[in-house]
Amino acid sequence: MFQNLDLAKLLFGRLTLQAIPYHEPILIATFAVVALGGLTVLGAMTYFRLWGPFWRDWVTTVDHKRIGIMYCVLGLVMLLRGFADALMMRSQQAVAFGDNAGWLPPHHYDQIFTAHGVIMIFFVAMPLVTGLMNFAVPLQIGARDVAFPFLNNFSFWMTAAGAVLLMASLFIGEFARTGWLAYPPLSGADYSPGVGVDYFIWSLQIAGVGTTLSGINLVATIVKMRAPGLTMMKLPVFTWTSLCTNVLIVASFPVLTAVLCLLALDRYVGTNFFTNDLGGNPMMYFNLIWIWGHPEVYILILPAFGIFSEIVSTFSGKRLFGYASMVYATVVITILSYLVWLHHFFTMGSGATVNSFFGITTMIISIPTGAKIFNWLFTMYRGRIRFELPMMWTIAFMITFVIGGMTGVLLAVPPADFILHNSLFLVAHFHNVIIGGVLFGMFAGINFWFPKAFGFRLDPFWGKMSFWFWVSGFYVAFMPLYLLGLMGVTRRANRFDDPSLQIWFVIAAFGALLILIGILSTIVQFVVSVRRREALADTTGDPWHGRTLEWSTASPPPAYNFAFTPVIHDHDAWSDMKTRGYERPMEGFRPIHMPRNTGVGAILSGLSVALGFALVWYIWWLAAASFVAILAVAIWHTFNYDREYYVPVDEVARQEAERTRLLAAA
Amino acid sequence: MLLSPSGDVALQQRNILLTSTALMLIIILPVLVLTCVFAWHYRAANTQAKYDPKFHHSTGLEVVIWSMPLLIIIMLGAITWLTTHLLDPYRPIGRTSAAKPITEGRASGREEMVKPITVQVVALDWKWLFFYPEQGIATVNELAAPVDVPIVFKITSQAVMNSFFIPTLAGQIYAMPGMQTTLHAVINKPGIYDGLSAHYSGAGFSKMTFKFHGLDPAQFDAWVAKVKAEGEPLDRARYLKLEDPSEGEPVRYFSSTEPGLYDAILNMCTRPGKMCMSEMMMTDRRGGGGKDSREAVERLRYDSLRRDEGKEAPGATVPGSGQPAKAESHGGADAARPSRADPHAGHGGAPPGGGQGPAPTQLTR
Repeated sequence: MFQNLDLAKLLFGRLTLQAIPYHEPILIATFAVVALGGLTVLGAMTYFRLWGPFWRDWVTTVDHKRIGIMYCVLGLVMLLRGFADALMMRSQQAVAFGDNAGWLPPHHYDQIFTAHGVIMIFFVAMPLVTGLMNFAVPLQIGARDVAFPFLNNFSFWMTAAGAVLLMASLFIGEFARTGWLAYPPLSGADYSPGVGVDYFIWSLQIAGVGTTLSGINLVATIVKMRAPGLTMMKLPVFTWTSLCTNVLIVASFPVLTAVLCLLALDRYVGTNFFTNDLGGNPMMYFNLIWIWGHPEVYILILPAFGIFSEIVSTFSGKRLFGYASMVYATVVITILSYLVWLHHFFTMGSGATVNSFFGITTMIISIPTGAKIFNWLFTMYRGRIRFELPMMWTIAFMITFVIGGMTGVLLAVPPADFILHNSLFLVAHFHNVIIGGVLFGMFAGINFWFPKAFGFRLDPFWGKMSFWFWVSGFYVAFMPLYLLGLMGVTRRANRFDDPSLQIWFVIAAFGALLILIGILSTIVQFVVSVRRREALADTTGDPWHGRTLEWSTASPPPAYNFAFTPVIHDHDAWSDMKTRGYERPMEGFRPIHMPRNTGVGAILSGLSVALGFALVWYIWWLAAASFVAILAVAIWHTFNYDREYYVPVDEVARQEAERTRLLAAA
Repeated sequence: MLLSPSGDVALQQRNILLTSTALMLIIILPVLVLTCVFAWHYRAANTQAKYDPKFHHSTGLEVVIWSMPLLIIIMLGAITWLTTHLLDPYRPIGRTSAAKPITEGRASGREEMVKPITVQVVALDWKWLFFYPEQGIATVNELAAPVDVPIVFKITSQAVMNSFFIPTLAGQIYAMPGMQTTLHAVINKPGIYDGLSAHYSGAGFSKMTFKFHGLDPAQFDAWVAKVKAEGEPLDRARYLKLEDPSEGEPVRYFSSTEPGLYDAILNMCTRPGKMCMSEMMMTDRRGGGGKDSREAVERLRYDSLRRDEGKEAPGATVPGSGQPAKAESHGGADAARPSRADPHAGHGGAPPGGGQGPAPTQLTR
């Protein structure tokens, strides 16, 4: 056994210099830009002596607000990568006709569309959704933090670890070339040898740990930590949708973990769950992955619905119309989302009865969703609508989303799906609901809660630039895809024969450029806002005439959120408090019990990156070492009894006095 | 173009698409209009508009906003249930066009009985192989059928999943290895149409297209004769060569086919010494093979890439194969190149304990 012992193989597994793509100019340039950018950031942090504050205030923080902000930053950074992929795809499809093979060979192109999907769902939409829930939910329910603050920090860093591992695939080895759900048998060891699918598996498994734990955390928070008087039927709608989303996460992410485990066993150990031979069956993978995958869609959209509910009611100056039916609609959607997964593969050959069952359950979801749209509509009715940025995004959402909803119901009719499945019509549909629903919701939420998080509003001019370019860009980029889908054009192709199609792809590419301007405007918006923070400052803590509890505290809120836990009497607690002439208590403060920061989450996350990397490259010694280290650190952490502290009365009094001063000046 | 199809099944599917869209627009259009009207009318600047912050509940309105979508969905659901059953790809078609119903067996005398034509479809990496069992011929990347004659497609795949789709003819259905799906369709207008794989299947997927010829019956007979005249016989050896991954494969004709070849492909036993799925299932139904089945493991391994002959997964790069990372692999010849010097090249993908080193001699029957 030992005569073939190869030291390099022992040390580096299957990682060799050949795995570094140094002959790919695109990747070298990308790497150079990333490396230069990274060095600049590192240099600047050293120069301005920011490492200490970065470690103390951010890396080790257990404050749900800071963790929420970090999630959002992660999501926005990954959006740049995911969008770069989108631009490359659009440009390839705009030129690759007939004899012109385009500028991306299949090997590269296939990785791009896989990475685009994985990144946008797992590392853009999920972090943004989780970030906003983390930030706003405890504030909305009058809590001082989430139920398990350390777990929250750990969850974030695991999500970040998944993102790091995925990004590593860009420069070391390659990413999967299978499509974002890595269907076997194509993703099996036989047809995808190499590291691409392994990167896919381990980055999702690691990030999945974070997502699942964060789901448990937020469910516990909402169920157990509501302020006195805040009964379930008085919860802000965003908190309700967050609750449902996290229930979905807790119930569905284990399925993803399990199915990826089975795929990993097939690839690593030679089992035959999803292979063609020896009793394996790829159809099981389709079912399992979509039993996770369909709830995932609602995991993303429900919080966006919640954000829109808050915004419509706030900016119309009215209580939300039909609160109870809104809540029931959310719960109905939560339950139904488990009964529709098969509509993702009507064409796999199920019988007509099965197909029509899943088609009809899918349509039924549009009933509560439709009710929600009407509720927003009638909230605007007899309101006083202020068209600030969050409200603009909401209107754009309402118009865009009903179109996406309609095409979605079309796809739910099996005979129609048989001609539209896997076509660009489908691609246009899910971008229509994910961009028009989730992403617009996230932008609405970011513009809405930014002043709460940082104490100043986002610049409206650049916000409007971003808004108009995003919205118009979306329509220009995706309406042609609907048309192309109706012409029978399928997705994931890297070239086409029919030259008459080209004009539509060129228009779509132009739309992507408009979105690019939208993204750049968003970046400018952040920069300009920071520079103009004095002018945009919010000293009241309530810049939008808000209705829920988060607006009752300072902007940014103190670490303890509320000096006194509020007592709730009615819907829209803060609005109710304002109409009753609520007076802030100025004395009688007591020490506040708070969780203490810890670096364990970041350390575990770093070790997880090492473990994932080792598993991808078969570096068994490193895998074993990092796994043992993860266990050791986790056990060691259980002996850390120094987990809490009290904010002294003087400190509370000082911070509250500062707020009194600001309020008086405002 | 899906909106003006030339096959009756696709036409019915198009009609369902249009009906459903119309039904939904009943509710979508008012929503779009109301959104714009409310947003404009109740803008803060318009002090004329009524402001009623207390208006947050109305039982009457609630009933309307829940029941309106419900009514639409009841209608749509009924349509879905009916049409899903009527247009089930497994169900023999009931008409060749709106005016021509097919009356089976007990013909009333008015309509003549139309005998359907069968085509067996195999998705290979990355081309389509069509068997015509009744004509005894086979083709690659070219499909033909007489107009107004029901076509029965039996569809499978050799390696990975694909989706068999001729947009103008009928909806798609997956082609899956070791399994068979069925599609019934009919083409009504003569012409040359596009066919494709609508399910991503690897590097050569984008060129996995073919032409579908709708022909008059006489033309179809001529086409069959042409295939018989120009083609070569398709035996297992030729088939195994054809299996090798390739891109942009030209049209090929086979004048005759080895009996049982399609069934062998479907049952994953085209290579000598392999056990057919059907045989395994038979053994299973009899209660399993007991201890002897251990010997069958090697016979049940389905190595469609034939890595035991030194071939490797197409498009794989280091460490899955000897190809450098991110190599540009245009063209099929390159993709199908056998593994080079490094004997460990295929190691990464091989299931441990499986394909290490030269394969043991195949157990033969």
